[in-house]
Amino acid sequence: MANISRRTLIKTGAAAATLSAIGAPVLAADKIKIGFVFLGPIGDYGWTWAHNQARLMVDKELGDKVETVYVENVNEDASAIPVIRDLAKQGCKLIFTTSYGYMDQTIQVASEFPDVKFEHCTGYKRAANVATYNSKFHEGRAVLGTISGMMSKSGTIGYLGSYKVPEVVLGVNSMALSAQKKNPNAKIKLVLIDSWFDPPKEAAATQTMINLGCDIVATHTDSPGPLQILEQKKLYGFGQGADMSKFAPHAHLTAIEDYWGPYYIQRAKAVLDGSWTSTDTWDGIKEGTVRFAPYNKVMPDDVKAAADAIRKGYMDGTYNVFTGPIYDQDGKLRVKEGEVISDADLAVMDWFVKGVETAS
Amino acid sequence: MSIDFIIAAFITVVGLTTPILLAGLGELVVEKSGVLNLGVEGMMLIGAVCGFALTYTYGFDYPGIAPWGGILAAAAGGALSALLFGFLVLELNSNQVATGLALAIFGTGLSSLIGQGFTGMIITPFGSIFPDALATGRYTQVIFGYSPLVYFALAMVPAVHWFLNRTRAGLILRAVGENDLSAHSIGYSVKQVRYAAIAFGGAMAGIGGAYFSMVITPMWAEKMTAGRGWIALALVVFAGWRTGRLLAGAFFFGVLMTLELYAKASGFSLVPSEVWAAMPYLMTVVALTLISRRETAGGNAPACLGKPFLPTA
Amino acid sequence: MRIKLEKRPAPSVAMMVLTPVLSVLLTMLIGVIVFDFLGVDGFGAVRDIFLTPILASYKWQDVAVKAAPLVIIALGLSVGNRAQVWNIGAEGQYIIGALFAAGVGIAAGDLGGPFVVLAMVLAGILGGALWAAVPALLKTRWDVNEILSSLMLTYVAGQVLGYLVGGPWKDPNGRNFPATAPLHDNQVLPIVFPGTTVHLGVIVALILPFAFWWLMARSMFGFQVRVVGAAPQAARHGGFDTKQTIWLALVISGAMAGLAGAFEFTGALHAINLGFPSGYGFTAIIVSFLGRLNPIGCLIAGVVLAITYVGGQVAQTTVHIPSSTAGIFQAMMLFLILASDIFIRYRIRFVSRRPQAAAVAGE
Repeated sequence: MANISRRTLIKTGAAAATLSAIGAPVLAADKIKIGFVFLGPIGDYGWTWAHNQARLMVDKELGDKVETVYVENVNEDASAIPVIRDLAKQGCKLIFTTSYGYMDQTIQVASEFPDVKFEHCTGYKRAANVATYNSKFHEGRAVLGTISGMMSKSGTIGYLGSYKVPEVVLGVNSMALSAQKKNPNAKIKLVLIDSWFDPPKEAAATQTMINLGCDIVATHTDSPGPLQILEQKKLYGFGQGADMSKFAPHAHLTAIEDYWGPYYIQRAKAVLDGSWTSTDTWDGIKEGTVRFAPYNKVMPDDVKAAADAIRKGYMDGTYNVFTGPIYDQDGKLRVKEGEVISDADLAVMDWFVKGVETAS
Repeated sequence: MSIDFIIAAFITVVGLTTPILLAGLGELVVEKSGVLNLGVEGMMLIGAVCGFALTYTYGFDYPGIAPWGGILAAAAGGALSALLFGFLVLELNSNQVATGLALAIFGTGLSSLIGQGFTGMIITPFGSIFPDALATGRYTQVIFGYSPLVYFALAMVPAVHWFLNRTRAGLILRAVGENDLSAHSIGYSVKQVRYAAIAFGGAMAGIGGAYFSMVITPMWAEKMTAGRGWIALALVVFAGWRTGRLLAGAFFFGVLMTLELYAKASGFSLVPSEVWAAMPYLMTVVALTLISRRETAGGNAPACLGKPFLPTA
Repeated sequence: MRIKLEKRPAPSVAMMVLTPVLSVLLTMLIGVIVFDFLGVDGFGAVRDIFLTPILASYKWQDVAVKAAPLVIIALGLSVGNRAQVWNIGAEGQYIIGALFAAGVGIAAGDLGGPFVVLAMVLAGILGGALWAAVPALLKTRWDVNEILSSLMLTYVAGQVLGYLVGGPWKDPNGRNFPATAPLHDNQVLPIVFPGTTVHLGVIVALILPFAFWWLMARSMFGFQVRVVGAAPQAARHGGFDTKQTIWLALVISGAMAGLAGAFEFTGALHAINLGFPSGYGFTAIIVSFLGRLNPIGCLIAGVVLAITYVGGQVAQTTVHIPSSTAGIFQAMMLFLILASDIFIRYRIRFVSRRPQAAAVAGE
């Protein structure tokens, strides 16, 4: 492939070659191009890795109708604009921008290309040709919290987070509330390390939480580093974003898997058949965006059953961890008995529930 | 606060201290020879990936030897990339600051290219080689519970000090760093000395990088050193180019970073958490200010640091 | 026969122009071969990295917007580097500059217009200068090494940004994401060419190198900086104040970094989030040295580096090279340009061994 194109190019001359690169590449009429903008390297084994796995699923499922391209390591600054625009210029009909920090850039480029459909992950700004999508990771955290509440001997659970953003706040609260249903005295120690990816700091933070009495540590940062520390200490934790059991066969109880593939395929099909509209999708366990790695065999059967019950509750819509009464850190009642926090309120949650210990 | 608590916290500090100490010691020798190599981050990453790759490849067949081979590979990888820098700055007199920064970019790129086949793999951590009774004993772990690299780093502190101050070779190295033209005129090969120093610095940075990929979190991930190379560079300046103070500085930095995590995990919410996160960096500046005040500071910086060697000039 | 390097009596101007061009060409040639060897379309990769950003007119604006902060920061750093004052904390000054501009914007509320925008830009300059004044104070008062203090303050600046955008300055309509509210339309830097992203800051980045060239080549200050940098002892005898030079070198480089931050905020991004610091301050150090500390050189080097960044991303989508490979390629170009510097000061002579032998025989 590479050789053929090179030979052709040499024949036609450099100038012409350059021109052909600028214009929209010639594709089979029915084949559409789909672009992906990635925050990290596809080898991060975390956030970007999961999005790239989903891209590969699109290739596999719709390979005869679509062609996918991606750009990795794209900063969340103004330089994302040319990257997104370039994908549109190259003829992409559907572009996924897979980090919150591309929000304004996506909106800006989308206004220049009304015929191109854009999908922005985790943001909230939409336009006629910009849809948003996110995953209800906190539903997964309710399962992890249930497991932790039952398996933690000390009742103190560590939570390693990145920044105080709604996604992390929701995860912490979901974890705390679900753990407290199994152990009313369960506490969560939260450490935010001001980064999504810093293996040495993630490792040190995990050691710190262990020393402060945590015997289970959940991670909301992207590296498997914390799991490796837990493995060495013979304690328990969970994979983040993907099945990380091979990093810690003993410590890895289960993992929340970011499973974007079905959504990506669905949206690609919508573009192919012309049914695409701008939507705001917030899928979770029910829709299959949040999945779980197989349970570790060290988990007792009653714990497995309790975890499955939560999953089933989300599948059939009978369970929601954010059901009152919910008290905040100061002990004030924030959600009355029987009330459920709406999705709209969840999306902007910035307060922690009772039992969460943190410095921020 | 129990003794166990302090021991566990101390072990965390050691984990944060060791890699920057290793890389810092190497850079100290490089700078003492009059060369400024800002590419530490790149060399650490190359060391990290080389160490991991070799250990992973041979770890199943030769579990006992593979990690040692990994350390050698890390040192070799770091040294080779450093020699590329050395060739440019010594033979072609290219600008050291810019070449060093280019090396950082190069190392980041090359390490991810080499590492592509190794993401998602793990190795057994290169931990303590002492018997379990000692390595995991309640009190004995403070002394015996570390990776061989920790003892190596600690041993290198007096070794480098002794080399620089007590050996003839060290004297020559310092002379080259202080006044390369004089050293040249009395017959020492400035280039050879600097090549050796640069290779040593690269090897140490490589081993420091391997500490991440083989000891703390035994895996490979792109950019996994997360900026520690820059800290190591600052550490050499902080130490005033003295080995003892480099150890103290690395430990001080490790303590501050650990304190940040303990403060956050314990829920001290009197100040914003960002204050805790900024603390290691602020305190480093404050500490250097206090030290500098008491002495005629800056006197220990090699006079030829960063300047090209132009014997015919 | 052997190769001998011979020092030129004066640096070769021809080589100064020729070597960077040849280095880039050589990089391209090596690129074609190496990429092909790696199984990538080498010709396509090199074409997209180097030529597409130049030949495709729609990429010009991207190069310009990317180059602007690099050039502006590098100009300031060059002043400091000439005086042997090493400010490697431009990234932090860039952040603080943007934050100062944001502070003015928030304080102005709904007010907008040229004066508010001007005030924001000036605040950015002030913020960067103030952040750089800390290392200057520490250096002149207590002899604290500015490499260390300026680098450490970059990390502190990152935390200041994190605190402000996640706390007091968080956009009330921003769904509790840590980011400032987007600027009002009347608070943003004007776009120079309608329909593009080329903001006024790009034009300033084009003009500033010439102003700096004048400053360094023609003014007393420029002379002072060069003398202090070249020969501190002589400078002291000549009555130049070393401390004053340190102050000016750091404050000017800080001010420029702050200006770049304010431009990036008001001209390109219009909001500040956690992703705002993306390394311009560090890359600008390379630009400064690649431009040989010469203001016009900084302009050219900034554009060249911006081309490889923009082109590297193009090549990711067209010939599917990973970003790490683009990084290696960029480093290779830097190595070659830096290595070729030797031809400016030296010439290569092919010396045969025979004449030497003859000379010995003749003795």
